Amino acid sequence: MSQSSHLEPVVNRAFCKGCGICIEFCPANILEFDEQRKCRVTDPEKCIKCYQCEMRCPDFAIELVEKGEKK
Amino acid sequence: MIGELTNKYLRMDRLPHMWCPGCGHGIALGALLRAFDRVKIDKDKTVILSGIGCASRAVGYLDFSTVHTTHGRALAFATGLRLLRDDVKVIVIMGDGDALAIGGNHFIHACRRNIDITAIVLNNQIYGMTGGQSSPTTPQSRLSTTTPYGNFARAFDFCNLAIGAGATYVARATAYHASLMTELYANAIKHHGFSFVETFTQCPVNYGRRNKFPDPASMLQYMKDISVPFKVAQNMGSDELQGKIVIGELIKEKEDVELNEVVRERIMKFRGGAQ
Amino acid sequence: MSAKLVQGNEAVVYGAFNAGLKFFAGYPITPSTEIAEMCSRDLPKVGGAFIQMEDEISSIAACIGASLAGFRSMSATSGPGFSLMQENIGYAIMAEVPIVIVDVQRMGPSTGIATAPSQSDYMQVRWGTHGDHPMVSFAPFSVEECFTEAIRAFYWSEKISSVVVLLLDEVVAHMREGIDIDNVENILEVPDRGPFSEEKEGFRPYKVDRDKGAKLPPLGTGYRFNVTGLVHDEMGFPVEDPEKTGDLIRRLHNKIDAVEDEMASYDERYTEDADVIVISYGSVARSSLRAVRELRKNNVKVGFFRPITVWPFPSKRVRELSKKVKNIVVAEMSMGQMVHEVERSVGDSCQITLLQGIKGELITPDAIHNTVSEVISK
Ligand SMILES: Cc1ncc(C[n+]2csc(CCOP(=O)(O)OP(=O)(O)O)c2C)c(N)n1
Ligand code: SF4
Ligand code: SF4
Ligand code: SF4
Ligand SMILES: [Mg+2]
Repeated sequence: MSQSSHLEPVVNRAFCKGCGICIEFCPANILEFDEQRKCRVTDPEKCIKCYQCEMRCPDFAIELVEKGEKK
Repeated sequence: MIGELTNKYLRMDRLPHMWCPGCGHGIALGALLRAFDRVKIDKDKTVILSGIGCASRAVGYLDFSTVHTTHGRALAFATGLRLLRDDVKVIVIMGDGDALAIGGNHFIHACRRNIDITAIVLNNQIYGMTGGQSSPTTPQSRLSTTTPYGNFARAFDFCNLAIGAGATYVARATAYHASLMTELYANAIKHHGFSFVETFTQCPVNYGRRNKFPDPASMLQYMKDISVPFKVAQNMGSDELQGKIVIGELIKEKEDVELNEVVRERIMKFRGGAQ
Repeated sequence: MSAKLVQGNEAVVYGAFNAGLKFFAGYPITPSTEIAEMCSRDLPKVGGAFIQMEDEISSIAACIGASLAGFRSMSATSGPGFSLMQENIGYAIMAEVPIVIVDVQRMGPSTGIATAPSQSDYMQVRWGTHGDHPMVSFAPFSVEECFTEAIRAFYWSEKISSVVVLLLDEVVAHMREGIDIDNVENILEVPDRGPFSEEKEGFRPYKVDRDKGAKLPPLGTGYRFNVTGLVHDEMGFPVEDPEKTGDLIRRLHNKIDAVEDEMASYDERYTEDADVIVISYGSVARSSLRAVRELRKNNVKVGFFRPITVWPFPSKRVRELSKKVKNIVVAEMSMGQMVHEVERSVGDSCQITLLQGIKGELITPDAIHNTVSEVISK
């Protein structure tokens, strides 16, 4: 994970079902529900790139990607 | 990472999948994709089968040769499919009711035959698809639509059953331990002979709600709390292990003869004899 | 080679091997067990595999799996085991997987008398599995026919991509007759499933004409489609669209209707001038034939009709015959099952008399002789 500083968590809102799993376990506390109860990243800079959100999301809806790669 | 893997291994036109919000089966499917990547699976030389149930719907999303069989019988279909096809990897995905209630007999016999099949059971301790009836792994006293006063029967220990039946690779993970799950799936696929990974998943809709788990995350937290790594469990007494689940690789035997080898050897013997 | 004594069950295996059998899965049950035993001994010699499964449910499941992998597959059983197979018979029909199942009928219900002959699975063959479905079944009456009908069962299972039941009874399965297996004439060539020249990517195995069966390429060869017992689309994925549902169910029937005439097979003798015709199949037809010959010696105008393709029942021919005779005698080892098909075919064209065989014994030529005499004297 040498380039991990270039990564940021991004949510695919079309896939997110708002289960809250990623939000509950994010060690940096930077995930929350938006108004439509979909996951939102509040402060990508604080992400520690632990991949817990990506690995536990049942819907492949949150992913660490190269910064600016996909929104 | 996961986007790349879903593109590579899933039928993207079929997503989002049918599982409820927070269903643990999706976490397991994600781990399976990572395991595929790790073992560099050949999509054209792999057949994935399943039974009937929410867990078994996984095959509908996998971009492989897939067979969605009948309730409980996936391992029997897989046995016939594999026996003359050394060239294919065979993976079977089942639910707990699927593999252990209606399919329990096929499960133990697949273990005993040591045929080169990887069996993955997504154990959510309930019949998800039919709306929350008790399964053979529903813990004692828990509620389901058919145990409204609490389940009286003891829950099966799936892994002990597999070990007793002679499986040569037996491992367990939970949906909380997604990276362990990935590792176990990869090792199971690489294993020569019958491999079995029990995976605890959560069914927030038909199990969680009835058993006082307010949300999916609380079910994962509970799995984390009651899990004990295999190595640690070795130094614990049976009293201490009450109500716990032991995770990791429980059995991994290298040298056993696999069923297809026997079949092949017999054929070769006659071929040789004819020449 | 010259003629040698061969048992009915044995001839089934010779026929299956001739048709290219490569896989057998089964569970022991009298009076079918010899078939499994012979397959266990001989399949490895032809590069095939035998496996004794934990029950009949898994036996048929394994056969479907092996067929999906590209191999000609068969299982053999009797009533109790055949009942256990029913759910997956429906699966093979729905998913369009060719397999052959031998049902050697014995006395029931339940364990009945394991060694006694019967023909009381006739309706189970047709209607045993749930849901709307067609069914194809052939019933030999001699050892040579066990051989040729086994081949025909494989031929048609491949042609229609579905289940064919080879329907024996204890007498046919266990009798021995001298035949020269290597020199039986007019043997059918069982077609290969392929070649599959279509583009592998995006291949739609269930995209076929409205009266054709799907041809599934062996799994694990680069074709990545889905196989399911659910109502499905052309790629094999579940759908619940009412139009597509209706189309699929209709096609599963159409594909059998389209070849019904070609598939029909019966044995008809002495019907030209007959006043009464005896209809029977399997071992009972042997008794019938003897009785008919005896009666003919006494100048009784009696005919003989034996369906070999028992499902679909040869209704057309039976209807034609019924218009020329006063009486039809149906003899079968049951309370009366095939007789319903005869009634359905005949309407009120002629009288129908049923001779039941429910004592676990073959219906004798005398019994048939007497019944025909009674019918005529009325
Ligand atoms: C022969 C048969 N009996 C019953 C059913 C109904 N049925 C469908 S899924 C299921 C249970 C599924 O539970 P499980 O295997 O634990 O999978 P889950 O849905 O929990 O993932 C049942 C009983 C069926 N399809 N077939
Ligand atoms: S990678 Fe870790 S820190 Fe970053 S958002 Fe995901 S869970 Fe939070
Ligand atoms: S885990 Fe996935 S589906 Fe659940 S809230 Fe987070 S992004 Fe959405
Ligand atoms: S019912 Fe349960 S197991 Fe089925 S999809 Fe919903 S949460 Fe998952
Ligand atoms: Mg379940």
